[in-house]
Formats: sequence, C-alpha cells, structure tokens
Amino acid sequence: MTEQEWWAATRDRRLLLQFCLTCRRFQHYPRVVCTGCGGAELEIRDAAGTGVIDSFTTVVRAETPYTIARVRLAEGPILLTQLVDLPDPRCDLPVRLAWRAQPDGRHLPVFRSADDGL
Amino acid sequence: MSVAIAGAAECDLGQTGKSVLELQSQAVTRALADAGLPLSEVDGLATNGIARFSATQLADYLGLQPAWSDSSFAGGAVFEMYVARAAQAIEAGQCRTVVISFASNQRSARSRTLTGVVEEGTPEASFEAPYRPLYPLSYYAMTAQRYLHTYGLTRADLAAVAVAARAKAQLNPAAWTYGKGPLTVAEVLSAPMISTPLGALDCCLVTDGGGAIVLTSAERARDLPRMPVTVLGYGEALTHTGMATAPDLLRTGAEAAAARAFARAALTPADIDVVQLYDSFTISVPLGMEALGFAKPGEGLHATVPHNTSGGGLAYCHPGQLGVLLLVEAVRQLRQVPGARTALVHGTGGIFSSHATVILGVDR
Repeated sequence: MTEQEWWAATRDRRLLLQFCLTCRRFQHYPRVVCTGCGGAELEIRDAAGTGVIDSFTTVVRAETPYTIARVRLAEGPILLTQLVDLPDPRCDLPVRLAWRAQPDGRHLPVFRSADDGL
Repeated sequence: MSVAIAGAAECDLGQTGKSVLELQSQAVTRALADAGLPLSEVDGLATNGIARFSATQLADYLGLQPAWSDSSFAGGAVFEMYVARAAQAIEAGQCRTVVISFASNQRSARSRTLTGVVEEGTPEASFEAPYRPLYPLSYYAMTAQRYLHTYGLTRADLAAVAVAARAKAQLNPAAWTYGKGPLTVAEVLSAPMISTPLGALDCCLVTDGGGAIVLTSAERARDLPRMPVTVLGYGEALTHTGMATAPDLLRTGAEAAAARAFARAALTPADIDVVQLYDSFTISVPLGMEALGFAKPGEGLHATVPHNTSGGGLAYCHPGQLGVLLLVEAVRQLRQVPGARTALVHGTGGIFSSHATVILGVDR
C-alpha cells in the first residue's frame, strides 16, 4: 500500500492498516517492509476504529486551541491524531474513530470519546 | 581509552549580534588557547549547523585542510557522537588534533519558529503534519502528560526542575538568567501555557551561543597545559523520527545509549560524580535520570547525583543544539571540583529521536 492508496481510502472513511502475513502484526504508517520481521507480504486491512489515548497535549498557543494525541489502536499501532468533542481528555481513555472532511474530498481520521452515547 | 579532551571553551552567549562563523571562530580559537595549541595543529574538524557542507565551510573560514571531518546531523545529540568518532579517528591514526564545535545566532537572527520544520517527502509530512503538532514541543508535552499520569504527579512536581535550573544559573555568570534571582514553582505554573502540560518556563531558552572542545591522544594531552579529561566510554541509539513510532513514551533511547557507554567504560551509575543531561524541557530531566540509571522509574525528580551544573538549556543557554556545551561544562566540573573524577554527558536530539552518552574521567 502506498501513501496515496492510504489517503484515497479516507475518501470512503476507511482507516487502513498493514497486516504482516509472516509475523501476524499490524503496522502504521504503510511501508514496503514489516518493521517487525522485515517481511514484504503485507495485507491491507480495515482498522476497527477503536483505541485508547496513550497521551495528548492541547496546543493552547494557537488561535483556536486543539488537542493532539497518540491513540493506541485496538490492533496495536499508534496513530498521531487529534481529539474532537472531548473537553476533558485523559490518558488511557477509550476513544473511537471519527472523520474530519478535507476540502479535497479526503478525510482526516480523528478520535472522539468511545462513550459519548452516539 | 587513549583519547582525551585537552581544551574546552564557550563562544559569546545570549544575544550576540554576531554571525555563526564569528561565533564558531571564537569557540574554536578559545578552546585551542585553553589547550595550548595553535590553529595550524587542527587536522580534524566536526561541526554542523553552518551550511550544507558544514565542516568544509568552517575549514575554509579558518584556513584549514583537515584530514578527518564529520558533519553528521542528528540534532543536539550529535556532538556526543562526534566524540566517539573523533576518538576512533585519533586511535586509528587518521588525525591527531580534533576540534568539535558548534555555534548558533538563533536569538539574534530570530530564526526559531514554534511550529518547527516539516520535511517534505517524509512519512511525517503525510501522516503527522495534517494534525499540526508543534515540533518538537508537542512530543515532549505528550511525554510529560504520560509521565504525570503514570506516576500520579502534577505540573508543580515538574516545575521543580525549572526552579533548580534557575538556582544553578545564579552561580554561573555566563548564564542567560544569571542575576535574575530565584524562580518559584508558582511562577513556573503561572507562565503562559504553550502545549499542555508544558508552559513557557518548562521550555528551554532560545539564545545564541556555542562552544568547542579539543581532542587529542591522552599521551600528548599529558604534555599540554590543562589536566587531560579522558574519554572513558561512549554509546548511542537512534529510535524514531515520527511522533507515533515509540511504543512507550517513557522509555527512550537513553537507556540503550547509556548502557553501551557504561559497558565500554566498565563503570556503573554509582561511579559517576556529575551528570550533564540535555534539558530541552523540564520533563527531559526526570525521564533522563531514570533512563541513564540514576533513579528508578517515576523517581527521576529525586535523583541526587549532581547534574546540569551550568543551569542547562532551561536557564543557562540554548543555542538550538546544546550538546557541545554539555561537554564543555563536564570538562569544567572535572577540572574545578576537587572530588570529581568522572562525568557523564548525555545528549538528545529531535523528539528524543537520537541519543548519545559520553563518559569522561580525570586522574587525580
């Protein structure tokens, strides 16, 4: 999977991960080799879209503050992302995938509380 | 090992109004004067931050034609890496007298930006930049957040690092904050918030400055004016460039780098008299102390080994890359503190991306 293919899938709101058929491990971002075993047989799979906040920081010195986070996906890989509609983020809080539309039709994967009643 | 530091010096620090090459020349000539060696003796040069061909550029400016050079770029840790490369080159006979130098005029030139640089074509440009992290600040902020969460600590606990740095800088007339008096925890906490949980006083300074050290064989160093500071060991580790790569924010490459340096020196943390640790942000100190073996996990704020005696990047000087000034300060401590026999210097670069440890010693 190339970077372009990964971004193209976000047009359909799909968050893709690579799965190594040799060592059976997920990775993100897409590469031509598995960082676990060096294998090149990498399958494309859809992420479940659930995870927990590994850590976060609210960039206060910005016109509109925003919150950056490292989210550890259920599949294992960590994503750098933003948290949305989550006024009181905490480390280890469960979160789920949401999408922020981009002007060019792509979507940016962001995360919101897993427990927001929706 | 058979290589020693024979000279060390700072260039002008603070807000100098000078060019990078002027400051570099000050650093190099002052370090050589300290070593009692003329410029013409230099046949090895390691530096960066000047231009694409940094060592070549400095050699041209100083009228040198070195037989060995290094312009590797790995952030602020690279100067400790240069020590390893220089020691190997001197031991292998490729050169005899190496100068490691760095200088920046970033405060005078107003060249530092809060968001940092996104390098086009890298995975980070595609997968991380859209989220607008501040580089490097957001990474250190997330590390601090995780640290406070894991060990049940607060911003006030971390603020103690900035308070301690300021106190040390009050003893160092060269420090940017010298004469400003002590800092209180309340002042650190009420400074403008930048990226939670790090406020302005949790962040290192932005100043001009730099320095240089001179290395040669230990045998030759014995005949030079200053007490030789021997290179006892070194080790390094590269871990990541992306903010999402590290599986555990609280375990950095400092662990592996220090373990390699200690093994090479056949020493343990208990043998070290003074530590110079890259304090880019307050969180860097407790986390570094733990990784280097001077405190248990979660107890780095209580490390008792004397450290960051100049006031460090938080209170003394931070010219973008502190690595060479950590070495200069370690040499000074070993020279001037009667009981000090060993020093550990640990540099980090980027977002805890690169790590390098050097262990130095003197025979008293």
